[in-house]
Amino acid sequence: MDVSRRQFVGTGLVAAAAFFGLPKIASAEGLEEAINAFTGGADAASDGITLIAPEIAENGNTVPIEVEAPGAESIMILAAGNPSPDVCTINFGPAAGRHAASTRIRLAGEQDVIAIARMPDGSFKQARQNVRVTIGGCGG
Amino acid sequence: MADNVTPRVRVPREASAGDSVSVRTLISHPMESGQRRDGDGNIIPRQIINRFTCDFNGQNVVDVTLEPAISTNPYFQFEAVVNETGTFQFTWYDDDGSVYEETADIAVS
Repeated sequence: MDVSRRQFVGTGLVAAAAFFGLPKIASAEGLEEAINAFTGGADAASDGITLIAPEIAENGNTVPIEVEAPGAESIMILAAGNPSPDVCTINFGPAAGRHAASTRIRLAGEQDVIAIARMPDGSFKQARQNVRVTIGGCGG
Repeated sequence: MADNVTPRVRVPREASAGDSVSVRTLISHPMESGQRRDGDGNIIPRQIINRFTCDFNGQNVVDVTLEPAISTNPYFQFEAVVNETGTFQFTWYDDDGSVYEETADIAVS
């Protein structure tokens, strides 16, 4: 079979795209799946939830974040650019005070951190914050 | 069981009835994510704390599901409403089945 230079370059590009592009798509699908598993596909309002995360994190291994959603029964935190987007789910019980929590999370690189709150009436609220990371936190 | 797992919690010693008090918890644990490789290129198996709960006098305060994206030595801060003198019960559940427990008392006036 004769392979022209042009064909060869084209095939190489497709192969490279498949190799580098697929993990990213897989991750985006994982994010959609994780969100849908929590919300059941319902739309989320953007008010009534606060997500505090640093704009620039020096070390992706411990990024301090804080989330508050008054009245929420459960808050899910997701990292859009991690190998697996789930970070944690916080369920508030009857003895909870202010419905807020802070913790430290790992981020693989610059990405959005997403918080989704489920309210007792079945509605959802979502907040998003971009975080730039100097050193990634997934041991890669 | 992971080595040297030590839970540490901090709650105020006393409070007024109905107050919302701040609770801080930290447990030393490697939270091995299952993404890292050792020197020979083998994946280090995942071992994390996958669940953390806090109860006050038998009433749930928070119940957290943890994933590998939580940092080493998981730290949580949250608030609890205290109406009477009592005990906070903290429980961490490890992937390998170990359960780590800690309690803290609070006097409410």
